[in-house]
Amino acid sequence: MLNCKEAARLVSEGMDRKLGLGERLSLGLHLALCRGCRHFRRQADFLRTACRYHPSGATRPEEK
Amino acid sequence: MPMGHATAEAISPDGGHASQLEAIRSDMLRFALLQLRDKPAAEDAVQEALAAAWEGLGRFDGRGSFKSWVYAILRYKIIDRIRQRSREPIAEIDPGAGFDALFDRRGFWLPEERPADWGDPLQELENAQFWRIFDACLNRLPKGTARVFMMREFLGLETGEICQELGMKANHCWVVLHRARMGLRLCLESDWFESGRGGYVEL
Repeated sequence: MLNCKEAARLVSEGMDRKLGLGERLSLGLHLALCRGCRHFRRQADFLRTACRYHPSGATRPEEK
Repeated sequence: MPMGHATAEAISPDGGHASQLEAIRSDMLRFALLQLRDKPAAEDAVQEALAAAWEGLGRFDGRGSFKSWVYAILRYKIIDRIRQRSREPIAEIDPGAGFDALFDRRGFWLPEERPADWGDPLQELENAQFWRIFDACLNRLPKGTARVFMMREFLGLETGEICQELGMKANHCWVVLHRARMGLRLCLESDWFESGRGGYVEL
């Protein structure tokens, strides 16, 4: 069973590489049980979206 | 120079060219400055990108926006500068320091450190005050960490490309990206989401 520190790390790595089957299963199990890590995952996703739509960039949310 | 007219046409066929170009230039400068953290280098990158856009105007097919096109060039110019600098050693990143304090001895979030529910954060994207905090948080990340993170999330490079450009091992890259996200979310949570979301409460 993963702890939160490992789960958060896997959430992050999953954004940068394809996780293995074992990793996905153990992360899925942890996330099902842990609200803090679910929040972490949503926050990390939001950071990616925010960077994509940073006002200094070329893309605005209303355009595609 | 006849090119000047052509550039302006490409930006907008219906007028307001100079001010639009100035607005794009100022966005480009902010974009480059966040990533390079060096004003002269950022200004050079923007200048070179605009000059290259100008010269290559004939190749711009007008299908996308002028802005996305000139940003595609700017990305290259920024990566060039990062590549030149990657020969300077990045300060070594202390692998354990910093975030251990958020977890208990078994590696679970301490109750007061558990990531909070940010609700629907997408609405913040329209809020200029939010972006001020966001930029401040980005600037608070250690330089090397921020550089890797922004190559990933602002320039949209794959981890493999980043490692190659910076001469890092893949594993190290992932650790650094994770540390960047941890740092950025912690900063946004404390300085924005859990502090009344900026200006609203000050009224």
